[in-house]
Amino acid sequence: MTKLRSKDLLGMQQLEADEINLILDTARTMKQIMQSGNKKTAHLQGKSAITLFYENSTRTRLSFENAAKYMGCNTGSISTSGSSIQKGESLLDTAVTIDRMATDFIVIRHPHAGAPHYLAPRVNASIINAGDGMNEHPTQSLLDLYTMRDKLGRLDGLKVAIIGDISHSRVARSNLWALKKLGSEVYVSGPGTMLPVQFAQTGAHVCHRVADAVEGADVVMGLRIQLERQEAGLFPSVPEYSRFYGISPEVLRLAKPQALLMHPGPANHGVELPTEVYNCDQSVISEQVTNGVAVRMAVLYLLNIRRNS
Amino acid sequence: MKLIIKNATTVRPCQAGASPQEQQDCLRQETVYIQDGLFSQAFAEDPDTLVIDARGLHVLPGLIDAHAHLRDPGFEYKEDIESGTASAARGGFTTVACMPNTSPVCDNETVVRYIKDKAARVGTVNVWPIGAASKGQKGQQITEIGLMKEAGIVAVSDDGAPVSTADLMRKAMTYAADFNLTVLDHCEDKSLAHGGAMNEGYNSTVMGVQGIPTAAEDIMIARDIILAEYLELPVHICHVSTSSGVELIRQAKARGVKVTCETCPHYFTLTDDACLGFNTLARVNPPLRRPKDVAAIIEGLADGTIDIIATDHAPHHQDEKDLEFDQAANGMIGFETAWQLAYTKLVKTNQLSLADLARVMSQAPNQLFKQDRGSLTIGRPADITIIDLSRRVTVDRFKMRSRSKNSPYHGMSVDSDIAYTIVGGKVVYHG
Repeated sequence: MTKLRSKDLLGMQQLEADEINLILDTARTMKQIMQSGNKKTAHLQGKSAITLFYENSTRTRLSFENAAKYMGCNTGSISTSGSSIQKGESLLDTAVTIDRMATDFIVIRHPHAGAPHYLAPRVNASIINAGDGMNEHPTQSLLDLYTMRDKLGRLDGLKVAIIGDISHSRVARSNLWALKKLGSEVYVSGPGTMLPVQFAQTGAHVCHRVADAVEGADVVMGLRIQLERQEAGLFPSVPEYSRFYGISPEVLRLAKPQALLMHPGPANHGVELPTEVYNCDQSVISEQVTNGVAVRMAVLYLLNIRRNS
Repeated sequence: MKLIIKNATTVRPCQAGASPQEQQDCLRQETVYIQDGLFSQAFAEDPDTLVIDARGLHVLPGLIDAHAHLRDPGFEYKEDIESGTASAARGGFTTVACMPNTSPVCDNETVVRYIKDKAARVGTVNVWPIGAASKGQKGQQITEIGLMKEAGIVAVSDDGAPVSTADLMRKAMTYAADFNLTVLDHCEDKSLAHGGAMNEGYNSTVMGVQGIPTAAEDIMIARDIILAEYLELPVHICHVSTSSGVELIRQAKARGVKVTCETCPHYFTLTDDACLGFNTLARVNPPLRRPKDVAAIIEGLADGTIDIIATDHAPHHQDEKDLEFDQAANGMIGFETAWQLAYTKLVKTNQLSLADLARVMSQAPNQLFKQDRGSLTIGRPADITIIDLSRRVTVDRFKMRSRSKNSPYHGMSVDSDIAYTIVGGKVVYHG
């Protein structure tokens, strides 16, 4: 296995286990380049990547842009404000416009599930999904997997607990699809109002008490709670949420002693976890950010090989 | 103008649950005579008589679609009365009842007369307008149902939107009854549906798409049944898609509640698997459901719980379908596949008979609207659909006569085809 099968990265549902391992192996080299003090390669010289974001983002967008630049790729970015999207231009017309400027990679984040899948067959560029609605966020999953493998030495036989708003989480879905393929078990917990219907049918273990999900876990992952979900009535208050669904030090102690604490960010301190947990020795949250650049470099690098073949 | 259909196997409607012998008795070898647009006693052939040799073909009372969207006035870029009725004729329909969610809304006699006049001018088949239940379909005040009845409406509905409150539904049912009209309700509790784009279930969870639970439909069906029982008035439930909805209606009918209902070919043909890959052609409301719902819909048709197969023909322009799944419009065109899907999925599989289809696609819709069609009775208007059961067809959505091409059945093989569509004794389609 030296090549990805598709020109696009749409989701972890579409990647086979050997492709995931290829990306993670490649990312290890990329991380070395990142940390070498001379972050400049010629792998993507003469290529161009455009980030097309219909939702706000700090880390994902910057991570992709840095990943591209470290490999010599030209970058540009489009967001909803200040572009023709505000004039009502359709997603397809916008993407085709970008595509016809000889763009190699379009990194898209969109509030609607399936938007990248819709574009992929309609443009020449490689479509990279940077988050589509509640569906998938594959590079977040890849950086989570990279971090787990780096710290725990394997991705099979792990118990991974994901806590929070599972319904609206593309991170939870992408990690579930990936970890199942790699031989690990995913336990989820959160308020019943935030668990998707028939989730157990996906192979996930659904727990109504956070403690049951976390007990003996190798990884404990918190998810961001969108505070506007409270207005929608999905949870009654922040104090109630953090009391019953927050990852407190006591909850974290139920996991294995060396368990990793992860969070895709941005975190609400004091809601899904308190600051002392965010900063605890087991927390790998800031390393996740670093690894995010490495896996995105790997994705761009491998998609470029696929494009040239 | 005289017409003789020779060597015909005629199909008359049977009761639901009829015995094989009774169903067989509904099929007869006979000659059908038509004079001055009406079914007639036998007469001698003369040089002016058109003769159709229907050897090997089946002759049914003309199909009546109880639920369609012709999009005229206001959305002629999707469909208009001319293209819509041409599409209906191609699908074997001799009459279509059209829903009022046009622009302007069909909530007053002027729009009703516009539809009737245009249909008389450019339409190929009979068009029966359905008037809005509330002004502007806004769910606030009942419409001028009496004046619209005089102009030609056959029923009342806010289709597309449910009748929002129980109080308005009560008023509409009560007032419509003064004019011998039934209210047709699109059942959906909007607060539970949450703007969802597909059935809530395993597939919506996997795709990360907001789901619409079956409960959203069932709760509104239950409300309408309770009102019909309390008021002792009729109500008609549009496009039933859930197994639990079928059961609610079955129990209500057993108690003698005056509830009737329809389903559509997509609810006995497709499941929400059709949405996988974000296929917007499979987006429809109510959404495609689970295999157990499909089974219950077929069972409900077979035992007579479901009275009618309607199309919910819902044309949409490519620009409204070639989009992100969440953004795409709900609905699919249905005139040109309805008969074939019913025959292929229900009759070929021995779950319904041809005589059952004559009931659910002709007699029962006529009865819902209390009109004078849906039979082969002498003296009645000669609306006829002639079917060739020996043909096998591959559905090609781009060859359809509808102005829109949003059919999810493209490439599907189906049995039978329409040979003739005859409206008032006049051949409007022959293929």
